[in-house]
Amino acid sequence: MAITRQILGRLTTLVASLLVASAGIFVALNALPGDATAAILGTNADPAAISQLRAHLGLDRPLWVRYLSWLHGLVTGNLGTSLLSGDPVASLIWPRFGVTLSLVTLGMVLSVVVAMPLGMYAAVHRRRARGFIAATLSQLGMAVPAFVAGIVLVLVFAVYLRWLPAGGYTDLQRDPLEWFRHLILPSVSLALVNGSLLARYVRAAFVEVLTEDWFRTARAIGWRLWPALWRHGVRNAATSLITVLGLQLATVFVGAVVIEQVFAMPGLGSLLLDEVGKRDLVVVQAVVMLMVALVLIVNALVDVGYLALDPRLRGRREMR
Amino acid sequence: MRRVPLIFGLVAVGFVVVAALLALVWTPYDPAVIDPVHRLGGPGWPHVLGTDTFGRDIASRLMAGSRTCLLVGIVAVAFASAFGIPLGMLAGMTHGVVSRVVLRATDLLYAFPAILVAMLLAAAFGGSSLTGTLAIGIATVPVFTRVARAGTLSVMSQDYIWAARGSGISWASIAVRHVWPNIAPLIGVQASVSFGMAILAEASLSYLGLATPPTTPTWGRMLYDAQAQLFNAPLLTLWPAAAIVVAVMGFNVLGDALRDLLDPRLREVS
Amino acid sequence: MTGVLEVDDLSVDFGRRRLPAVRGISFSLAPGERLGLIGESGSGKSVTALSIMGLLPENARVRGQLRWRGENLVGRPDAVLSRLRGRDLAMVFQEPMTALDPTMRVGRQVAESYILHRDASSGQVRGTVLEALGRVGIEDPQRIADAYPHQLSGGQRQRALIAMALMNRPSLVICDEPTTALDVTVQATVLRVLNRQLASVQAACLFISHDLAVVAQVCERVAVMWRGRIVETGRIVDILERPRHPYTATLVAAARFDPSEPRAVPADLDAEPGAVPDDLDAEPEGAPPTRPYGGEGR
Repeated sequence: MAITRQILGRLTTLVASLLVASAGIFVALNALPGDATAAILGTNADPAAISQLRAHLGLDRPLWVRYLSWLHGLVTGNLGTSLLSGDPVASLIWPRFGVTLSLVTLGMVLSVVVAMPLGMYAAVHRRRARGFIAATLSQLGMAVPAFVAGIVLVLVFAVYLRWLPAGGYTDLQRDPLEWFRHLILPSVSLALVNGSLLARYVRAAFVEVLTEDWFRTARAIGWRLWPALWRHGVRNAATSLITVLGLQLATVFVGAVVIEQVFAMPGLGSLLLDEVGKRDLVVVQAVVMLMVALVLIVNALVDVGYLALDPRLRGRREMR
Repeated sequence: MRRVPLIFGLVAVGFVVVAALLALVWTPYDPAVIDPVHRLGGPGWPHVLGTDTFGRDIASRLMAGSRTCLLVGIVAVAFASAFGIPLGMLAGMTHGVVSRVVLRATDLLYAFPAILVAMLLAAAFGGSSLTGTLAIGIATVPVFTRVARAGTLSVMSQDYIWAARGSGISWASIAVRHVWPNIAPLIGVQASVSFGMAILAEASLSYLGLATPPTTPTWGRMLYDAQAQLFNAPLLTLWPAAAIVVAVMGFNVLGDALRDLLDPRLREVS
Repeated sequence: MTGVLEVDDLSVDFGRRRLPAVRGISFSLAPGERLGLIGESGSGKSVTALSIMGLLPENARVRGQLRWRGENLVGRPDAVLSRLRGRDLAMVFQEPMTALDPTMRVGRQVAESYILHRDASSGQVRGTVLEALGRVGIEDPQRIADAYPHQLSGGQRQRALIAMALMNRPSLVICDEPTTALDVTVQATVLRVLNRQLASVQAACLFISHDLAVVAQVCERVAVMWRGRIVETGRIVDILERPRHPYTATLVAAARFDPSEPRAVPADLDAEPGAVPDDLDAEPEGAPPTRPYGGEGR
C-alpha cells in the first residue's frame, strides 16, 4: 500500500540521518589524534606513557574501526566509559536525563500555551493596532535570550517575591510539588522565548485559516469567531504547527542547556558543559548523540504520525 | 504605522553599527581597566551607565561588546552564505539524487543548533572566538540553503529560463545571470534575520564561556558577571540585556520590513 | 413593511483609504421572494452578501441599514448575528471545492449547522443529517456523510453545502455564484436541487451571479449592480426585452440561454420535496477532485 511505503521511506531516511549524524559527531571529536590522551595526561607527558594509554584506550586502531565499535556500542546500549573518571557513561547520563526531559517537555507545553493565544490574537486583529502590538510583543520575546529571561524571572520571583526557588532540582518521585516548583521558572524562561518564535508561525497559520473558504462556511452556519477558530482553525493549522514544533525541539534542547546553567540544575546540559570543559570526549559524544538522536526520532515520528492520521495526506504521492 | 518597523529596524541597527565603529577608535574609558575604588558605581557622571564589580566602565564595555558581536555576526553570516547559497541553488536547479541529498543534509543540520556545534568544537579544539563563530556559521548554513533553494525553484519555473536553456546557455551562466539576481533580495532579508540570530547565539555562547576568552568584553560575558551581583546591583544585568534585545530585535524587524518592501503580497501571510 | 430583509442605503468601504465597494444600495425581500443580484466581478455583489451575513473583514466600514424583520443589523455584536446566521439566515458559497473543512467528515460538518442552534449531541442527529443529504439528491448519504471533502466531487460537495444551509429551514438563503465553479451539466442539477429545496422550506433567496441565464433559472426579479450601485431593478422578462441601463444591455447581449432550459422559474418548482429526479447523479460517482485540498496553489 502507498501509505506503508511512505512510512517505510521516512523510517529509512531516519536511519540514514542517524548514521550520518553519528559519523559527523564522531569525526568532529576524533579526527585529531592524541587529544584524549592530552586530556588525561596533560600536554607534556612522557611519549611512552602516551602510546601505552593510546593502546589501552584503543586509539591506535584506525578511525573507522573505532567508529564502528562505538556504533556497535550505541546500538547495544553500551555508551563507553568516561576517559577521566572511568565511570560508565550511561551511569552519568541517566540520572540527569530526567531533569532535561522534564524541562524540555514542560518548556514545549508552555510554549504552545504562550504562542497559541498570542499568535491567534495577532492574526485575528492583524489589520488593527492591537494585532500589531501582539506581533511586536512576539518580536520582543524572540529577541530576549532565554538566559536573560531566566535571570530576570529569578530576580522577580525568587529574590524579591520569594515565591519560587532560585535554582536546583527535586526528583519527581521524591516530591512532585517541589519538582514542579523548581521547574516553573526554568520552563517559563524557555517558553517565553520559544513561544514568541512559535507565535509568529501561529499567526501566519491563522491568517491563512481566516482567509479560507471553509472558515467562512463555518462562520456562516453560526459559529462565533473564537469558537470557530478553536473548532475548525486549530485542527487545520495543527499540521504545519506540529512540524514547526518538531523542528524547534533541537533549539529547545540547547535552550535547556543554557537554562540549566542559569538555574544550576543537574541536567544533561550541565553535564555536557562540564565534560566539554574537561574535554572528556567519550561523554561529550554520547550526550550530543543522544540529543541529536532524540530530535531526529521525534521529527520522524511527527511525519509518520501525519501520514497515518491526516486524511488529506493519505494517498498523496509526495510529502511537502 | 506601516513604516514604523522599517524605521525602528534602521535606527536600532544603525545605533549598534555606529557604536561598534566608534569603539574601534574611541571608548569613553578603556573597557579592560580595573578601578577598585569606583566599583559598582551607579549611572551618572563621568561613568554614564555606572561601573561593574571591578570598577570597569559599563558604557565602554557595551561599546566594545557591540564590536565583538558585529564581527561574529558578519563572519558567521558570510560563512553560512558561502556554503548555504551555492548548495541551495544546486538543489533548486537539479532534480533527483543531488537535490535530495542536499535537502536531507539540510534537514539533518537543523538538528545541530549553534550551541551544540560550539560544544562539539570546544570539546575537540578548545573553546575560542573562532570555534564559536564557526559553530554559529555552520548552524546557519541550512537556513540559507533553504531560502536559496526556494527562491531558485521559483525562478526556474519561469518561462524565460526554458527559453534560455533552449538556446544552449550553460547552467553556470543561468545561475549567475538569471537565478542569482532574482534571489539576492531574499538572501538579503534572510541575512538580516540571521544576523540577529547570530548575535543571540553569540551572547549565549559567551554567557556559557564557550566562545570568547573571559577577558574579552562581550554582552553575554557581562551578563554572566552581572548574575553574580544580581542581589546588590540588578542594574548591571539590565544594560547588556537591553543591548542584546535592541540589537537582535533591530535586525529581525529590519529583515521583516525589508521583506514587506520587496513583496507587498507577503505582508498578509508572514 | 413586511419584508424579511430590507436593505436601506447600504454603503461599504474598506481600509484606511476608505475604498468604496458598495455605494448606497437599497432593496427588499418579501417572505419567500427570490431576487437575483447580477453584475460583473468587483461590482459589489459579494460584499453586499457578506455585509448582510455580518462576515465582512475587520477593516470594512458599513453604513446604512440592514433591517431583518424590521430590526437593524448594522453594528450589532457578533453574538447577536451569529445566532441568526445558519438558523434564519443561511448562505451557499461559490467555491464548493474549498468551502468544506478538509479535516472533518462531511456528515459532522452538516450536523454542526443543526447542533449549533439546538441542544443536541452529534450522536442524536445522524438520522437528520442523512435525511438532509438525501433531500439534496445525494444517493448514498451514509457513505458521503462518512467521507472527507476531498473524496467527493464538486457537485456532491455543493449539494452537501446546500444541505448545510437549509438544515434549519432558514427564511433567507443567500447564494453567491453557487454554480459558477461547477461543470455545466452539474450546474443544471445543482440549480434544480436548490430550487426544490428553497421551495420546500419556503425560503426567500438572494441569488448572486454574473450570468443572467443562471439567475433566470431561479429568480423572477433581478437587480443589476454596476460599480457599487444598483442601476436597474425589474422582472427578468422585462429587462431582457427593454434594458434601460447600458451595462444591462451588454449583460443581456452576453447572456446565452440554453434552449433546453426553461427561461424563467422552472416548471417543476412545486414538485413534492424529497423526490429525486433520476438525472441528479448523472455526474460520475467519486469523480476525482480537481484540487487536492484548499490552502495550496493559491
